[in-house]
Amino acid sequence: MRRALFSLVLAGLLTAGAARADTTLLNVSYDPTREFYRAINQAFAAAWKAKTGESVTINQSHGGSGKQARSVIDGLEADVVTLALAYDIDAIADHARLLPSDWQARLPDRSTPYTSTIVFLVRTGNPKRITDWGDLARPGLQVITPNPKTSGGARWNYLAAWGWAERTYRGDAAKVRDYIAAVLKNVPVFDSGARGSTNTFVQRRIGDVLLAWENEALLSSRELAEAGVEIVVPSVSILAEPPVAVVDTVAARHGTTAVAEAYLRFLSTPEGQDIAARNFYRPRDPAVAKRFAAQFPPVATFTIDDAFGGWRQAQKLHFDDGGSFDQLQPKR
Amino acid sequence: MPPHRRPVTEPRWMRVTLCLLALGFLTLFLALPLAAVLGQALARGVEPFAAALVTPDTMAAIRLTLLTAAIAVPLNLVFGLAAAWAIAKFRFPLRGLLVTLIDLPFSVSPVVSGLIYVLMFGLQGWLGPTLAAHGIKIIFAVPGIVLATIFVTLPFVARELIPLMEAQGREEEEAAIVLGAGGWRTFLLVTLPNIKWGLLYGVLLCNARAMGEFGAVSVVSGHIRGMTTTIPLHVEILYNEYDFVGAFAVASLLALLALVTLAAKTFLEWVHRDELAAHTR
Repeated sequence: MRRALFSLVLAGLLTAGAARADTTLLNVSYDPTREFYRAINQAFAAAWKAKTGESVTINQSHGGSGKQARSVIDGLEADVVTLALAYDIDAIADHARLLPSDWQARLPDRSTPYTSTIVFLVRTGNPKRITDWGDLARPGLQVITPNPKTSGGARWNYLAAWGWAERTYRGDAAKVRDYIAAVLKNVPVFDSGARGSTNTFVQRRIGDVLLAWENEALLSSRELAEAGVEIVVPSVSILAEPPVAVVDTVAARHGTTAVAEAYLRFLSTPEGQDIAARNFYRPRDPAVAKRFAAQFPPVATFTIDDAFGGWRQAQKLHFDDGGSFDQLQPKR
Repeated sequence: MPPHRRPVTEPRWMRVTLCLLALGFLTLFLALPLAAVLGQALARGVEPFAAALVTPDTMAAIRLTLLTAAIAVPLNLVFGLAAAWAIAKFRFPLRGLLVTLIDLPFSVSPVVSGLIYVLMFGLQGWLGPTLAAHGIKIIFAVPGIVLATIFVTLPFVARELIPLMEAQGREEEEAAIVLGAGGWRTFLLVTLPNIKWGLLYGVLLCNARAMGEFGAVSVVSGHIRGMTTTIPLHVEILYNEYDFVGAFAVASLLALLALVTLAAKTFLEWVHRDELAAHTR
């Protein structure tokens, strides 16, 4: 018995060692990219092997974007981060100094190789007739969105609603705040990540409308055909730009800087863009975008830079302690 | 011959009601959820169920869980025994404080238990920069998971043994010493036989918790697929990836481990029932 236990421990230790033999990268990412990066990892490993003869294994870690950034700050050894919004990578640069603060200028398209937007997921047939942002404030409606404090997707949701309201009420600050407060009042539960919210809405069947990444909405409406949900595209939405970056200090220590950068640049190649589009992310490459045009309905979008003056400012005004989200949340 | 006296005096309807109530409660809160887990796991037949269990990531999670338990349980066995021995058999200053401290992991939330280690070993924590400079990984790696598990399972053995050893007093040990036995011999021949049942319960419970802990381990794990995910964390990952058969297959494996633990306990009790009856536990 004791010998069996001992050999079990030994076997565990040995296999743990063997898994680390060739080059490995750790990609710390946000919630809904699981399937996407699994496909990217396979394709990149094959491309890298063909190009250099080296084999590379990419490990994945997923969770709410803010929480993942916090883990990297606390020492989770990510060679690359692929998060939901630029502010979370800024936080890593600011608090842990693991990469320079001009990280976003280092890769094409301001380090955002694919985009998405925020759409609505409703029950089949749209029984509550939800067609645009204004409907979300209707009393008695249940709106599902994750917690903006921990989830990147939730922050995009919040700012998309805010941006719509600014346009609709022509900058009348009081009306915008009333609208946002009315929407927040309709949220029965804040999950910590986008995937948790999707499961709440689709699996547990709670709520009338889910505010979701377009990629997440397309994925869940296809993967879960029996789920009985359909997509509603609002009149205007935000251009969500999830960024990617090499974590310099960690990659240098692992000796993986070159392969980590090649990995991120692979996302912008036609092959990488094709995989992004097949996983429901809007590609930057116009040729690829044209081929997948049928999949992505045209939607008018505004950017975070134009509407909110960039992420640092948006974060400070809306999501930091005492920001608009804290002020407008109903006291429960 | 005196007439046979009925052991209970409650009317029959009351006994039946009470039994049904207990059974109904157990069915609702234990049997049905377990059945639901198994049902979901086998929703698409036995083959997908088995296939979900032998994927490399699941196997890695099982290996990590067994490794963690194999380190945490023996350590807490030794610690629990030593602490219970000291507390039950001796009087010393700050004894009350020690008893309270042992209970601490039970009373704090597992999230806090995990954050303690982030504060100590995290890159922004007390020891983090030094550790990073020497290339030592504690949190977001296997050592952190083992540490967090040891922390949350720390009270099980000690808590089981302290009341038992206190109730038994120290007369038998004193007799052994007077008759010329050394400390080690006294422990092996007198103390250990007296407490072996309590010790066994403690170890089994400790093991069940070590394998099943979610909260504290989740905080320090980093959630790297196939590397730092234990079985409970892997269940969450599979569930979040819409792999419901996989999630519930692995969940039923976890439930099975708990059932095996309980079955082992019941079996041992049954085998040694005479001895147990002689001791008052």
